[in-house]
Amino acid sequence: MREYEIVIIGGGSAGIAAAIAAYNKGCSDILILEKDKELGGILLQCIHNGFGLHRFKEELAGPAYAEKWVDMLKDTDVVVKTGTTVTHLTSDKKITYVNKDEGYVTVSAKAIIVSVGCRERARGNIATPGYRPSGVWSAGTAQKYINMQGYMVGKRVFILGSGDIGLIMARRMTLEGAKVLGVAELMPYSNGLPRNMKQCLEDFDIPLYLSHTVSDIRGKDRLTGITISRVDENLQPIAGTEIDFDVDTLLLSVGLIPDSALFEEAGIELHRKTKGPVVDEHLMTSLPGVFACGNGLHVHDLVDFVSMEGEEAGSSAAKYVLDKDYREACDKRSDGEGDDTLALVPGDGIGYVLPSKIHGSLMEDSLEIKMRVTRNDRKVKLVMKAGDKVIKSLNKPRIAPSEMEKMVVRKTELEGITGTVTLSVEA
Amino acid sequence: MYDIIIIGAGINGSFLAHELSKTECSVLVLDKNADVADGASMANSAIVHSGHDPKPGTLKCRLNVRGNRMYPDICKELGVMYKNCSAFVVATDEEESKVLDKLIGQSNERDIPCIEYDGDKARELEPNLSKNVIRAIELPTTGIIYPWEVAIALMEEAVMNGVELRLSEEVTGIKKSDDVFTVSTDKGNYESRYVLNVAGVYADKIYEMLIGEDPGFHITPRRGEYYVLDEMDKPPVSRVIYPVPGPNGKGVLVVPTVHGNTLLGPNSEPIEDKEANNTTADALSYVKKNVCKTVDNIPFDKIIRTFAGLRPSGDTGDFVIEESKVEGFINVACIESPGLASAPAIAEYVLTELMKGRWTFPAKVEYKHRKPVKVLAEMSDEDKNSLVKENPAYGEIVCRCRRVSKGEVLDVIRRPVGATTVKGVKKRIGPGMGRCQGGFCEPLIVEILASELGIAMEDVRYGSKDSYILMDRMGADASHGKEQP
Repeated sequence: MREYEIVIIGGGSAGIAAAIAAYNKGCSDILILEKDKELGGILLQCIHNGFGLHRFKEELAGPAYAEKWVDMLKDTDVVVKTGTTVTHLTSDKKITYVNKDEGYVTVSAKAIIVSVGCRERARGNIATPGYRPSGVWSAGTAQKYINMQGYMVGKRVFILGSGDIGLIMARRMTLEGAKVLGVAELMPYSNGLPRNMKQCLEDFDIPLYLSHTVSDIRGKDRLTGITISRVDENLQPIAGTEIDFDVDTLLLSVGLIPDSALFEEAGIELHRKTKGPVVDEHLMTSLPGVFACGNGLHVHDLVDFVSMEGEEAGSSAAKYVLDKDYREACDKRSDGEGDDTLALVPGDGIGYVLPSKIHGSLMEDSLEIKMRVTRNDRKVKLVMKAGDKVIKSLNKPRIAPSEMEKMVVRKTELEGITGTVTLSVEA
Repeated sequence: MYDIIIIGAGINGSFLAHELSKTECSVLVLDKNADVADGASMANSAIVHSGHDPKPGTLKCRLNVRGNRMYPDICKELGVMYKNCSAFVVATDEEESKVLDKLIGQSNERDIPCIEYDGDKARELEPNLSKNVIRAIELPTTGIIYPWEVAIALMEEAVMNGVELRLSEEVTGIKKSDDVFTVSTDKGNYESRYVLNVAGVYADKIYEMLIGEDPGFHITPRRGEYYVLDEMDKPPVSRVIYPVPGPNGKGVLVVPTVHGNTLLGPNSEPIEDKEANNTTADALSYVKKNVCKTVDNIPFDKIIRTFAGLRPSGDTGDFVIEESKVEGFINVACIESPGLASAPAIAEYVLTELMKGRWTFPAKVEYKHRKPVKVLAEMSDEDKNSLVKENPAYGEIVCRCRRVSKGEVLDVIRRPVGATTVKGVKKRIGPGMGRCQGGFCEPLIVEILASELGIAMEDVRYGSKDSYILMDRMGADASHGKEQP
């Protein structure tokens, strides 16, 4: 069985960045497995602008952003297998992949980086009642039909969910001549980036129905219409608030979920909230030597941050391969929490914190902690506490669930702290 | 002129066609839907019940008990899945416990194995069984199948042996003169000496077309709504869990599927509209409430789909399986639950008992058997690799949730009674049934179908003939994506 230093599962923005970072740290025996015919992942169908502002200080379309990374990868010795799907990941770090030329092959790796991306929540996940006609898609599927295959999917469109893909598709379909009759959002606030709210809805006079959901779907063959209803505080439709729309297309942008199938198979611990794996300060999962990054770890707002997280995971994996002391310390702990393990838990106003734990003795000099807030607010503080002791506090003019918050903490600031560290929003 | 026309290509029409294809007779099967098993056979609990429940003395009772015994061998011969998963009927109070006594009696009379447990012992075997369960009986001969898979396999073999199948043809009229039936559809007229009316929820309307008066039985569909839970390594239950049966049937069940999914449902609601297979918020919440009475810890966050099916429920209390007052016209009607479990026995009953001596077709000398669909996910790595070597399409995964390769999709399109729609591919080999619900694979399946069927992408359908997916091909300028291959 061939053993690689590092195998990276998924050649999208996270995987490519991870490979380059690991290579630059001194690893040379790296393999990327990508299921599609080319590298780039979901970026390839994201033909709109807005990528790269943070990482490259320029605004690029998805395919151009991917190309920049693929070009950087070409300067390395990283081996890429496209058209190759990973079918199994086991708890002893064996990977089975399949492609047309080699068939089914099992390999092993010193370190594995799982950067498989996410999937869209579908109609079934939210159990919208009604008929089951064609013409109801997750927004990304429609995006693939339109941008990759070159076909229009409908003429009169409604969109459920104000996630960014839904907003971008509202604009895209309008520009292609379709009539977008509205966007309904279950929550009392939008889930998309402010710039997308402006550029995709307001600029095209597309109405946004906050605190609304789709309560019925009609059409025995192709979709003929939907009903939306206002929802109560328990997010249940309120009778008497129905509005009907005659549409042939309903796009769903109701959330993304990390693709956790491989983690599940390998017995890797999953995070209750993100649905991705639980990771430590080095983005290592509960299985030593297996790292996770990108939307397969938790869902990001911007691809730039996905790439940066990929770079982090790549560096960590290289450290695991090259630094014997670090590797042995990781392997020894296995599931083991040592005395130096800090649990990072969400407090008031925070949905989740990543990483979920920090191994004090293993952590680098500083660490960027990411967290998702649960409400829109202004003039608040993000506070990191151990018991009553404030470790760090950050003033925020405004916060929103659609924008990831970050806090950098230095190793010295955590010295002497044990047990649980809470992150919360305070007035 | 055909010997026999079968109206309806559901599970019962398929079993009848399959049995008849073993003899030298000419058979035409007509169905208004675009695929085999697209009506009641598509959307149900998918259980081969043991036969413990139907009222004594009914056809339902006799044919269910017999059908349950026939299924394992039939599925093996056809190369389709059958899982002998067993079942519990559970009681949560003394009143319900008395019903279990009745079921034990019936099972004993019918020679159906039946084991009794107290609540704690039952929970040892099914740890998620509700704390409220005080007593249970186990029915170990209960099985689960994919009903449409069985029907498609039967019809495939029937067609390989000379049966003619016409899909997307709706029967519009039936006449009989000079001992010859003329069955008219929206596409043509066909003649036969016999007609088998196996038209599911429409069987009463079909019979009415012939006699022009009240058919004597009426079918008011009873809608049943379900949740589907994602595949799990350890599904909440490994056996079918029935509450005690009530006036509306077997109640709301928790059902493992052959693939590790779990079904929750159904409710039971009479519906006049024979096409109203929509789900409703009320029924779904009824299902949720009721499954919690028998099973704890149901992971509702694993719901990946809801669906509804229409049971062809008659008003006579039993199946209606008889030669009608018009000689040569046989009604196989009102086949509600346990219709699926009874299906092989229904075909046997019609052909060897009901019509015994009425038609005598010699057995075929040479009978062709179908090759089972090759399912990669169930093969060893060695077998997979020799397959990929032979045909590289087996190394190209198109459905990542169920790990289905392009080779498997091509196979189910190319074989007799092959898939012609996205839903047809989904029924035969699974892409779209997994957790992404087609989000990733549907565009790929549409491409493969268009190329295999030699049609434009816009002409690929989801299921029915008006269920279009794509509209216009966008202009080269409009499409900033890649060029169409």
